Amino acid sequence: MIQAEKLSKVFPATKKTKEVRAVDAISFVCKPGEIYGLLGANGAGKTSTLRMLATILEPTGGTAKVAGYDVVEEPEKVRENVGFLSTATALYGRLTAQEFVEYFGRLHGLDDGALKKAVDGLFETLGMNEFRDRRCEKLSTGMKQKVSIARTLVHDPPVMIFDEPTMGLDVMAARTIVGFIRQCRDRGKTVIFSTHVMTEAEKLCNRIGIIHQGRILAEGTLAELRARHGKQDLEDIFVEIVGDGQ
Amino acid sequence: MSLRNIGVVYRKELVDSLRDRRTVISMTVVPLLLFPALTIGMGLLGATMMSRAKEEVPRVMIVGGEDSPKIVAALKKFEKIEIVPTAPDYVTQISNKIIRAAVEIPPGFDAAAGRGEKQNVTVDYFEGDVKSELAQERLDTFLKDYRVDLAKALVAARGVPTNLLDPFKVKRKNVAPPEKVGGSAIGGMIPYFVIILSLTGAMYPAMDLTAGEKERGTMETILTSPVSRTDLVLGKFFMVLTASLATALLSLTSMAISFMLAKGMIDKLVSEETPGIHYALDPRGIFAVLLMVLPLTVLFSATMLTIALFAKSFREAQTYLSPLTILVILPAIASLLPGVELNTRTALIPILSTSLVGKEIMAGNHPWGFIMLIFLSSCVYAAIALGAAVTMFNRESVLFRA
Repeated sequence: MIQAEKLSKVFPATKKTKEVRAVDAISFVCKPGEIYGLLGANGAGKTSTLRMLATILEPTGGTAKVAGYDVVEEPEKVRENVGFLSTATALYGRLTAQEFVEYFGRLHGLDDGALKKAVDGLFETLGMNEFRDRRCEKLSTGMKQKVSIARTLVHDPPVMIFDEPTMGLDVMAARTIVGFIRQCRDRGKTVIFSTHVMTEAEKLCNRIGIIHQGRILAEGTLAELRARHGKQDLEDIFVEIVGDGQ
Repeated sequence: MSLRNIGVVYRKELVDSLRDRRTVISMTVVPLLLFPALTIGMGLLGATMMSRAKEEVPRVMIVGGEDSPKIVAALKKFEKIEIVPTAPDYVTQISNKIIRAAVEIPPGFDAAAGRGEKQNVTVDYFEGDVKSELAQERLDTFLKDYRVDLAKALVAARGVPTNLLDPFKVKRKNVAPPEKVGGSAIGGMIPYFVIILSLTGAMYPAMDLTAGEKERGTMETILTSPVSRTDLVLGKFFMVLTASLATALLSLTSMAISFMLAKGMIDKLVSEETPGIHYALDPRGIFAVLLMVLPLTVLFSATMLTIALFAKSFREAQTYLSPLTILVILPAIASLLPGVELNTRTALIPILSTSLVGKEIMAGNHPWGFIMLIFLSSCVYAAIALGAAVTMFNRESVLFRA
């Protein structure tokens, strides 16, 4: 479960930049077994929101509870219960696929027995045994994606956060990720993911929040959004909402 | 803070760094190659140059002396120099190293010397040129002997015993034990090299583990794990410290081996007449220096980690850390200057104090008060730097600098 309440992030002014209100008092709820999609253009505040939920960034206002833990009060507990994947979360090139996944398993507190079981299971399920001992720097993009997925799942977290996970990937690699997000939902996990690709949101999300300039301007299931705006195409709906907002 | 997590991070960073060619090179190759090259190469070169200079019979010109056949004849008989025909451009010839020196004999020298009148003989030479200085030393010895012989002849002619001119002899005796001579000659350099190398050993991993992570996009990955940022920075810190200490240890070992090898080679080359270079070093002193350098390696590791973390890329980190190298080299060099000595003021200047006390230790002196003061003050500086590193790692404006 993710509950965000008036969550805000303001980056203070520096010598070169003005103050940036990246996330402006957004509230939403994402339940287990559900995929919540944050749909927005670049710079809308998607990444900052998800980073706050993953406790990589600290909110400047409001609060959020992830898997029952407050992101400000108990950030380490939150991270224990979250799998976070984005195109920015790269791999350690000089570690092998197995070492990399094991490293994160250990940081999640798994002992040797539990770790071996988790790693063996993941490598089997994701079809990664073939490149188990190959260094991450030598892997193809698709293989790297699988290693990242294994990393987010090694501690079997109840909450999954995906920040534009398919950005820059080819069709096949993107399909792997999309399939994986669906599986997470089917296994009863709470899934939130951000994208600017309309078709992905249409295909995957149980509910969609349209985010623009740090605020959620519209929220609902795809059917609700279509009914509310009298349009079938999500892109048209998006443009209408964002256009209204400007 | 969790020791288990610090350990997990440390082990991963160690494996990761040992697989990085650049880290391994900066940690091992430099200390292992630099010292043998420096000590053996420079030692051999110096010894060879000296013995060559001593083998050469310097060419000397006599200026004047046409009316003084006695001194001219004595100079020509002196085997340690070669007399060449006089030319008016003798000064230019000395400058151009065609001849090494010239003796200017005033008119009527022989006659005036016979009467016991005071006169001036000038030796022209080129200061700074070893061979010219050697020629000057030989002429000096010759002229002193000639003066004594002349004086003896004069007093003997007056019926006075000549031993009156030579009432006592001077003997030289060195009381410094060999390791002290070695200590001041070469030992002073050891702390300096260890300090500089422990800095260079820490520099590459410090950049790789911070700015390098940001550049490769793994910083965000690691921040999503439940490890606390304090545990993370401490794990990284211990890795940088390991690299720094490994470099310091390797350089000391390499230095000790190089000195032993060089000693054998140079002893063969340097003849007895050269007081030359003493290479005796006390291994306990070397160990003590390493102990004194320990808090400095902590200071270097933590400081560089803090600075490099601020950078967004490896290149930017290099730009920030290069001036730091100069900042460390300057006080280390200052310790080698004559006159810069250990006192309560210099004992509080980091790096300079360690370098100075290291020099004392290598010379066999143990100023315990200063040793304690320097060790403790260095520990305080190191703790401050480590605190700064932890603080920086907990600031998202630094981790996600736009």
